[in-house]
Amino acid sequence: MSVNLQHYNILQEHDIRQPVDFNQQSRLMNVDKVYKAEISSIVELTEMEKLFHIRILDPAERERFTFQPGQFVMLEVPGYGEVPISISSSPSNRGFIELCIRKAGIVTGVLHRAHRGARVGLRGPFGTYFPLEKMKGHDILLIAGGLGLAPLRAPIFCVAEDRPDYRNVHILYGTRSPDQLLFNYQYEQWSRIDGVNLHIIVEKPDESWKGEVGLITKLLDKVKVDPKKTFAIVCGPPVMFKFVCGQLGRMGVPMHRMFVSLERRMHCGMGKCCRCNIGSTYTCLDGPVFDYWSVLNLKEAI
Amino acid sequence: MIFKTLAKKDFKELVENLLNSTEVIAPKRVGTNTRGKAIHQYLPVKTFGEIDLGYETTEYSAKTYLLPYRENLSTYHFKEDDWSQEIQYRDISRVLLGLHACDINAILKLDKVLARDKYPSPYYIARRKNTLIIGIDHMPCEGAFCHSLGTDTVTHGYDLFLTELEDRYFVNICSDRGYELIQAHNPGEVTYQDTLAYNAARRKISEAFDTHIEAQNLPTLLDIEFDSKVWTKWGDKCLSCGSCAMVCPTCYCYGVTERVSMNFEEGAKIKTLHSCNLLDFALVAGGHNFRPTKQTRLKYRYYHQHRGFMESYEEMKCVGCNRCGRVCLAGINPVSVIRDLQMEERV
Repeated sequence: MSVNLQHYNILQEHDIRQPVDFNQQSRLMNVDKVYKAEISSIVELTEMEKLFHIRILDPAERERFTFQPGQFVMLEVPGYGEVPISISSSPSNRGFIELCIRKAGIVTGVLHRAHRGARVGLRGPFGTYFPLEKMKGHDILLIAGGLGLAPLRAPIFCVAEDRPDYRNVHILYGTRSPDQLLFNYQYEQWSRIDGVNLHIIVEKPDESWKGEVGLITKLLDKVKVDPKKTFAIVCGPPVMFKFVCGQLGRMGVPMHRMFVSLERRMHCGMGKCCRCNIGSTYTCLDGPVFDYWSVLNLKEAI
Repeated sequence: MIFKTLAKKDFKELVENLLNSTEVIAPKRVGTNTRGKAIHQYLPVKTFGEIDLGYETTEYSAKTYLLPYRENLSTYHFKEDDWSQEIQYRDISRVLLGLHACDINAILKLDKVLARDKYPSPYYIARRKNTLIIGIDHMPCEGAFCHSLGTDTVTHGYDLFLTELEDRYFVNICSDRGYELIQAHNPGEVTYQDTLAYNAARRKISEAFDTHIEAQNLPTLLDIEFDSKVWTKWGDKCLSCGSCAMVCPTCYCYGVTERVSMNFEEGAKIKTLHSCNLLDFALVAGGHNFRPTKQTRLKYRYYHQHRGFMESYEEMKCVGCNRCGRVCLAGINPVSVIRDLQMEERV
């Protein structure tokens, strides 16, 4: 068997293309100062999830805030607390960011009661991101389960905006029941894009459901991609990773071209509080986006 | 590094000068345990007489003066529908006097995480840079295995480090402010006799260690023994109380909570040190707990101490002070757990 040694092009790295700054004297920053932002709009998605548009108030701060798809922010409601939320919008939207938030605890609970115009705090962006630059020229599999569509929506926007740079795109999405489907008003738009295929499946259908029924791996059986020219992003509950990534592996997709986004408890986002540690790895610094090989090497990761 | 000697009477004068001008934290005897041994803590002192430099160890480490158990990260002032954020860093000068090598090594490890790594913590740095550290050599304390980890000596991270030689101290000067401080108190030049006496004192300490562990193989071993029954055995004893992390000189993990004043005019974002042994450590929204059992939580603590930190910083997080072993209500101590893991008793 021949060894498949992947060519590594250092010039494709993001950092190497940044302007040189040999004089970077200090990295000491006022890292706990939040950007003051407002909830500029609220979109009801399901009973449990809402999409919040968050706009940083200070124009200069807003200008400085840029992110990569897959990164997250720490969203703070002063007096209630701070939560890590992955960014659901396109990096090219510089006016506001979109955060898809499930009502699950104290902070998310108060957010769900908040009105447009409410002032919140924002720190970030933090963490690693999906390597969309490297993914160019390849078939793309974007696979989400449940709330996993929230972090996956950013790369969906990227792929749609830079459509000619990618080959065929398959978006695979599964939830437990039809009423849990997020962003259903966007499905038609996504599936009409040239070369983008959207497949949706639910585990427990209701009477009106006419689509596929079963687990997300069932959708994967039908997808035809060239595994040697494919990148995959998988977002969802931990149990999904083993099955989906396992099946992708059997299809021939190399582990270093499968990316997952992990969820952990976080209190800082900056590699200090240790709450997100998996073994010795900080999910906030070394993640949340990991390639599948790294995940397999992390004890108790999935 | 510059070396001087300092007569004990001059040292007393130096400390009294410090006491007059700034807050001094030093080992102070606070009681006696059931075995008749003295209990010491690092506490603020007002007079030289309160300080007991001959102490064996303290129950709590000195980290609390750099990394307090509770710290206000920011205060929010609410006004109508808006708020403003106020952040204050503690920048009042303070002296930590009489720290042992393990505690200074612990601070060096905290420096790596909190002052040098990505996103250095301004809260920590403000305290650290305003803290003058005077360390002192000592005879090994009971059950400590710092010698096996190489943390029984320290070469930087302090301003002055003392080794007792009868009527004087052999002083290792490691900063300009330490140099200025000692210059004002009549230091002596180091003679050949002083060097001989210093080496003899160091050798005496080094040879007195009676607790040893095999540390080199731990990072690999912890990976190999990830599913070992050892974790069930010790985990079953664990009460998940988190005392070990509270007394640990290098444990830095924390949680953040917010509070609102009774008149709703102010809110505070409070950081409280946490412990990976506590039940909610890895609990996420929706109720999933990534480490639901005390066995996995205890394992994780050892994993971070002896393997995880190694991966990030090429050294172990543990300094071998055995404070966690002494404080544990369930009798879990690192030396036994590590020896068990190395299968010394199973062969």
